[in-house]
Amino acid sequence: MDSATLRQMLYYLKLTREAEWRIENVLYRQGKIVGGVYVGRGQEAIGVGAALAMRPGDVTFPCHRDFSVFVIRGFSLADIFANWLARADSPNRGRDNTLHIGDLKLGIFPIISPLGATLPVACGVALALKQRGKGNVALTHFGEGTTSLGNVHEAMNFAAVRKLPVVFICNNNQYAYSTPTCKQYAVKSLAVRGPAYGMPGESVDGTDVLAVYNAVERAIMRARAGKGPSFLECVTLRMAGHSAHDAAEYVPEELKLAWAKKDPIQRLEKLLLSRKIMTKQQIGELGRQVSHEIDRAIAEAEARPLPRGEEAIEGVYCEPDCWWRKPYP
Amino acid sequence: MALLTYLEAIRQGLWEEMERDPSVFVMGEDIGAYGGAFKVTAGLLEKFGEDRVIDTPICESAIVGAAIGAALMGMRPVVEMQFMDFIASGFDEIVNMAAKLHYRWGPAVPMVIRGPSGAGVHGGPYHSQSNEMWFVHTPGLKVVAPATAYDAKGLIKAAIRDDNPVIFYEHKFLYRRIKEKVSEQDYVVPIGKAVVRRTGTDIAVITYGAMVWTALDAARELEKEGLSLEVVDLRSLLPYDEETVLASARKCSKVILLHEDTRTGGMAGELAALIAEKAFEDLDGPIVRVTAPDTPVPFAPPLEEYFLPNAQRVAEAARKLAAY
Repeated sequence: MDSATLRQMLYYLKLTREAEWRIENVLYRQGKIVGGVYVGRGQEAIGVGAALAMRPGDVTFPCHRDFSVFVIRGFSLADIFANWLARADSPNRGRDNTLHIGDLKLGIFPIISPLGATLPVACGVALALKQRGKGNVALTHFGEGTTSLGNVHEAMNFAAVRKLPVVFICNNNQYAYSTPTCKQYAVKSLAVRGPAYGMPGESVDGTDVLAVYNAVERAIMRARAGKGPSFLECVTLRMAGHSAHDAAEYVPEELKLAWAKKDPIQRLEKLLLSRKIMTKQQIGELGRQVSHEIDRAIAEAEARPLPRGEEAIEGVYCEPDCWWRKPYP
Repeated sequence: MALLTYLEAIRQGLWEEMERDPSVFVMGEDIGAYGGAFKVTAGLLEKFGEDRVIDTPICESAIVGAAIGAALMGMRPVVEMQFMDFIASGFDEIVNMAAKLHYRWGPAVPMVIRGPSGAGVHGGPYHSQSNEMWFVHTPGLKVVAPATAYDAKGLIKAAIRDDNPVIFYEHKFLYRRIKEKVSEQDYVVPIGKAVVRRTGTDIAVITYGAMVWTALDAARELEKEGLSLEVVDLRSLLPYDEETVLASARKCSKVILLHEDTRTGGMAGELAALIAEKAFEDLDGPIVRVTAPDTPVPFAPPLEEYFLPNAQRVAEAARKLAAY
């Protein structure tokens, strides 16, 4: 791994941590963001590792805790904050919240709340990518809770049968809302699900951005080579509540402490320091740079207007002069 | 008589039924130790234990399917959808399995599917839907939607005792916003019976769920102007109470049909057809609908506010209809 990529990884990790902190602990507490607030503290390395392994033309389905993927694939920070703030000039124009955003030009599909529904759609994207024959792949992120749903079974089987170029990435953060893994599935590791459908299954440490990057890259290469899908489990712990109103008291303290020691950002910082790629001072400077970028993006997003009520009925159907085809006035 | 919120009334109904009948059990996502996303089932695990308060993986299809299987074996499962939006993941089991078993084959399927529906809390398109009509259009199911704490308790008990699959629509906006005296006595609110919440003479507003309160607000406002609204709370959508609907329509001769659900294919269309068929001669004006527009439920507060019917819109429609 070259130094530039490692530095880039740290930048995106820090940006994600700080941006989500502002969302959860500043904008939400101030009442500027309303509704559900979900963050991916502790699992930032999964999004960063996976998105950086992608190439132009690949398509991804990041889940609601994969903030970094949106930024890495080209969403502007201001647009992302504007969406959280329900602004009129935002990716969803106020119609849907959180990170339910997508952009086909950037190769990002917007997820829906019942996440199991995402996987069959990723298969359809992969089908089209295969038909186009340019060696592109689809990535889809989902939690370990999602794997209990029927449509996940259908999607994985379909992808394996049709040898579709899909990488199924399970962000296993050990808690689906309050439900621990022992109440979610009865296998030791979800990696066994891969071979059960006829595709490779692998489990990696989801706090190790390099491990995630390498594993995703292997799966992507396999898919590009026409060998079909892979299943990848990235294990971490959700170091936050299910949402901003949830204190996660059901997570044992010792578990939180154990995983706090595996913090993905600290891990990478240690590596960069030990390899003398960055100094402590440079890491501090990077933190300040990230903070300034976020300040600017939030200010820009907050300056945008809220939608007018009557916009609610625009653009329900796609038509030649569709509201959605025009830039926001 | 204890003062209970709508949410507490549902919990008390579940509690009493579980105490009364050992075949009643609850099942769903995060409902045990966590007590449910909205805490409707809080305390049930401690009281009734893990065999009767069952935490499941995220798998609505399996939850509903398992409830059907248990019901066929003589149990009375009550399953929670964390949000009624997610009931879509269990759709096949509900409409093709649960709804048709008895008709095809004879056995009872005594089960309840309950959960929070409705908007007004900035939940966005996936935590706000009023999708009750998916099931009102499925013969074999029963669909109820209480508006008050008293009815919430009485209807959950009636639903549990019913030998058919009942879809129980709670309104999340009402969970902690309304509080009223609820009897600690054992009582049920019969499925299929509407209630007149307010008697009036000029216009009958027929509605259900959270919109009952909207209609009552509008009625209070219009009273000052000398316009008398009658408010009918359907309580049950399938089967619904034709008799009460027709009586109010005939008495007032003018009707407003109000719901939070979107317009096309909504309950209002069904009621309008009924009234046109059976009370046409008694009408003195067009049947008027006040509903959400035909769009998904938007997230941004100004959009959601525009989407939701409110007392002002009901009042405007009533003034216009009164002048007809």
